[in-house]
Amino acid sequence: MEQLTADHVHVHHIDPVEEYEQSKFGMWLFLGTEILLFGGLFATYAIFRAKYPEMFHLDHLKLDWELGALNTIILIGSSMTMAIGVTASKKGNNKLLIIMLAITIICGLVFGFNKYLEYTAKFAHHIYPDTSIFFSLYFMMTGLHMLHVFIGLIVLLIIMILAIKGRYSASYNTHVEVGGLYWHLIDLIWIYLFPLLYLIG
Amino acid sequence: MNWVPEVASSFAGKVDGVLWFVTVLSIVFFILITVLLIYFSFKYKRKTENDETPYITGNQTLEIIWTVIPSILLFVIFAYGLIVYKEMRTPPGDAVEVNVTAKQWIWIFKYQNGKSTINELFVQHNRPVKMVMRADDVLHSFFVPAFRVKQDLVPGMYTQLWFNPTKVGTYDLFCAEYCGTGHSQMLAKVYVMSPEAFSRWEKGDEEEGTIGTAVTKASEELGKDLYKNKGCIACHSIDGSVGVGPSLKALFGKNESLQDGTTLEVDENYLRESILIPQAKVVSGFAPVMPAFKGILTDEEVDALIVYIKSLK
Amino acid sequence: MANGTAATISEPSFLEYKSGFRSWFYTTDHKRIGILYLVSISIFFIIAGSIAIVMRAELFTPESDIVSPHTYNVLFTLHGSLMVFFFIVPGISASLGNFLIPLMIGARDVAFPKLNLGSYWLYLIGAAILLFALLEPADTGWTFYTPYSAKTNTNVILLTLGIFVLGFSSILTGLNFIVTIHKMRAPGMTWHRLPLFIWALYSTAILQLLATPVVGITLLLLIAERTLGIGFFDPDKGGDPVLFQNFFWFYSHPAVYIMIIPAMGVISEILPVFSRKPIFGYKAIAYSSVAIAIISFFVWAHHLFVAGISETAAIIFSFLTFLVAVPTAIKVFNWLATLYKGSIQFHSAMLYALSFLFLFTVGGLTGLHVGALAADIHLHDTYFVVAHMHYVMIGGTVMGFFGALHFWYPKWFGKMLDDTLGKIAWFFVFIGFNVTFFPQFFLGVQGMPRRYATYLPEFEPLMKLSTIGSWILAIGMIIMAYNLIKSLYSGEKAPDNPYNSLSLEWQTSSPPILENFKEIPVVTDWSYGYGKKG
Repeated sequence: MEQLTADHVHVHHIDPVEEYEQSKFGMWLFLGTEILLFGGLFATYAIFRAKYPEMFHLDHLKLDWELGALNTIILIGSSMTMAIGVTASKKGNNKLLIIMLAITIICGLVFGFNKYLEYTAKFAHHIYPDTSIFFSLYFMMTGLHMLHVFIGLIVLLIIMILAIKGRYSASYNTHVEVGGLYWHLIDLIWIYLFPLLYLIG
Repeated sequence: MNWVPEVASSFAGKVDGVLWFVTVLSIVFFILITVLLIYFSFKYKRKTENDETPYITGNQTLEIIWTVIPSILLFVIFAYGLIVYKEMRTPPGDAVEVNVTAKQWIWIFKYQNGKSTINELFVQHNRPVKMVMRADDVLHSFFVPAFRVKQDLVPGMYTQLWFNPTKVGTYDLFCAEYCGTGHSQMLAKVYVMSPEAFSRWEKGDEEEGTIGTAVTKASEELGKDLYKNKGCIACHSIDGSVGVGPSLKALFGKNESLQDGTTLEVDENYLRESILIPQAKVVSGFAPVMPAFKGILTDEEVDALIVYIKSLK
Repeated sequence: MANGTAATISEPSFLEYKSGFRSWFYTTDHKRIGILYLVSISIFFIIAGSIAIVMRAELFTPESDIVSPHTYNVLFTLHGSLMVFFFIVPGISASLGNFLIPLMIGARDVAFPKLNLGSYWLYLIGAAILLFALLEPADTGWTFYTPYSAKTNTNVILLTLGIFVLGFSSILTGLNFIVTIHKMRAPGMTWHRLPLFIWALYSTAILQLLATPVVGITLLLLIAERTLGIGFFDPDKGGDPVLFQNFFWFYSHPAVYIMIIPAMGVISEILPVFSRKPIFGYKAIAYSSVAIAIISFFVWAHHLFVAGISETAAIIFSFLTFLVAVPTAIKVFNWLATLYKGSIQFHSAMLYALSFLFLFTVGGLTGLHVGALAADIHLHDTYFVVAHMHYVMIGGTVMGFFGALHFWYPKWFGKMLDDTLGKIAWFFVFIGFNVTFFPQFFLGVQGMPRRYATYLPEFEPLMKLSTIGSWILAIGMIIMAYNLIKSLYSGEKAPDNPYNSLSLEWQTSSPPILENFKEIPVVTDWSYGYGKKG
């Protein structure tokens, strides 16, 4: 795999195995930073939950936990399809990879649509980010998460297009693996968000 | 040269003790390091391009020595700082309480006897006092260098500090947490008075030498002093420029539009009312944030301010 | 001893092989990216430094005569924000780190060259956003404390957004460096043969990676408070203003180590070369960099001793603050011991390194004053803190940065600097810096608060002295800038290894060829083998 510099004259020859290892390492480091980013919000949650347990209890009942649970299942499912896609790519099964990527993306879009339904329902009930500390947290945490879902969807879309163009094979599938890792993190964050926001009581 | 401010509280000297201790230790190490630095630099200055140098890569004994000794000294500094800190944070049970409210950009003090002062804190010599403090709008910080006290004032919560003023006199009080345009103007004075003087003040007699002395000063000069010292300067300019509040320049006699749509001509009555109860008639285009000076300024002081404002043509 | 071979004259250097805007703006060559960062951070250094000159000119007299108090507040906000986020945090890492890491470890580039370019573009985007923030600039101080920063009518959102974007640049650079150092070392370059500059940048990269996201979310929450009305920091909504301070300093304390550790790495490189002796205590210095990085995460609340935190918290944080002083002290002693029985040459780079030792010691020792609880109550938010931080940031980091520029200039640009001019500039910088900031320790102890546009007349003499110092400092920097720029054109052509250094970057041409080395070197020893027989 050649890595081209800007002028295309000089070429860094990178060993594909090295590139794969380095990219994976880099992605794990990046995931670490995402955890710290959300960590700030989780810390805020913990601090204010300890301060206002009543408000958290009462407000959380206004959340649609069934829609949230559905979204959780969708996202976990999408992680599964992503994992199958990654394995498929490692085995050189490009067709399965594309199908799995498509399903994952669709799951992500459905997740997003459900969030849209949730948010509009809240606004219809005059519940906004500044309604209370709990709802500030709810909107900030799920909103920032949703932003990451969008970024993830764009990343997966690009990978899917490249897969259709035949860029990946059993010997080169770094993007797929690394994109998959990112998607799994998005899922993992949701798995913590869901019970903390929707289920505590 | 005054290295430190006056020692005017019971623990100020102890704080200075901590400062001196750290400073002396620092100077010792600083001299050690500097002397070695300069000495090595010159003793081992390069003589030829082929100087022989020994292949020394380290010395475990030295590493241990210069890890252990600094660690011990650092712990001692920490402990010393902690001990004095504990005293600074533990008010005596019989401390007199004074309520402090800070708002952009004045200090309001409320005493147990119901009295209220702006930008002047009156305390009795050798009697511990505890400040119970709150900010109205943004962060501020109560700082009296002579007492070695400082504590932030936070909106939404009470913070405290205490001190025992051990020296009669007048001391500066600064706001030490950046709070906007008037931050450096948010100055006050602390008057530490003998018990006799303090009880005279408590009973309502004006005290000599404070900002609000009405007795000897001409009205316009007094008004000018009050303008500076009671916080007016923070929001009202005298050069025509608009601040948080309208400028006082050419204010008297002006036709002013109010928030309720009416207009009026600025006269003595309007000025007096706006000083004592500012929310009564707020000028259009300005926020209703001026503090009320009713019960804080005497009639004489209000008169003096009006004379001063009239002089600003 | 490494055995990379120097390039023949026929192959062009990385500066020569291609020219034109596109070859620079779209470059993925780490050496060029280093120069792009160098130029950018220098521009911001000059802007923020000029702002400081104006501030000190205003402070020549107690009253507000040159600028209004509001303008003064804007000036110190911009001075702090630009210096911290656009100069010193990217600082040595992004400029020299980018240039040197692959060269020092024997690689051809960093792990992710395109990401590296992306990091730089993010820096530019952050700077562009900042330009818009200059219309009605923020007056909150670079620390953006709430509630004032949530309420002021000035442009807080754009400034914090610019910084947020810059945070990404910092994170991705850190990520790139960590992977590069782990995975791309030349054969034989074990961890314990790495130059200490690399250990320093590695520790810094860990901090960049782990700490920066926290300031990211903090600024995001501030923006959310100003736009969406969320109230985590607003007491009227049940929030806590002090929470902002805790979040802010959770990043910003490790950030000060992001600022200083690379400079420490530079000192560890310069001293052995100009003493012709191995660095004393390699492992102690290497591990202390890592220790400082780790402990730095646990001291943040020493900025909050009087903010309204509990006494217990204050005690714990004061203790941990003294703990972090230990590895720092160890380094200073090891550096000093490196000079012992050496063969010392007073090149300008060496002057900067030696003055680092002197000035950083003052900065570090005065940190003890503010770390001690009782003393900090008096000194917090006074000029003492201003003096302390400038001693470590200028006396430490900037001295290290200037030393690095003078040391690696021949390698980077293929030309020699005028060393006499370099020494003259150093002299003005050293004197000017001390005259500016040493009086401020006394001002602080006497009770002069910081961020004051106007002040009481009793502080005037020392304030005047400080202002005069700032002019001397400025003269020194101007002389230095002149030297750096003119030598690009009229400097002597630099040999590959003018100082007979043993580290890998000096075993290739000056400037290096595009691919760094004709052949990747095989490393058989550490780079501090001075004085070794055979």
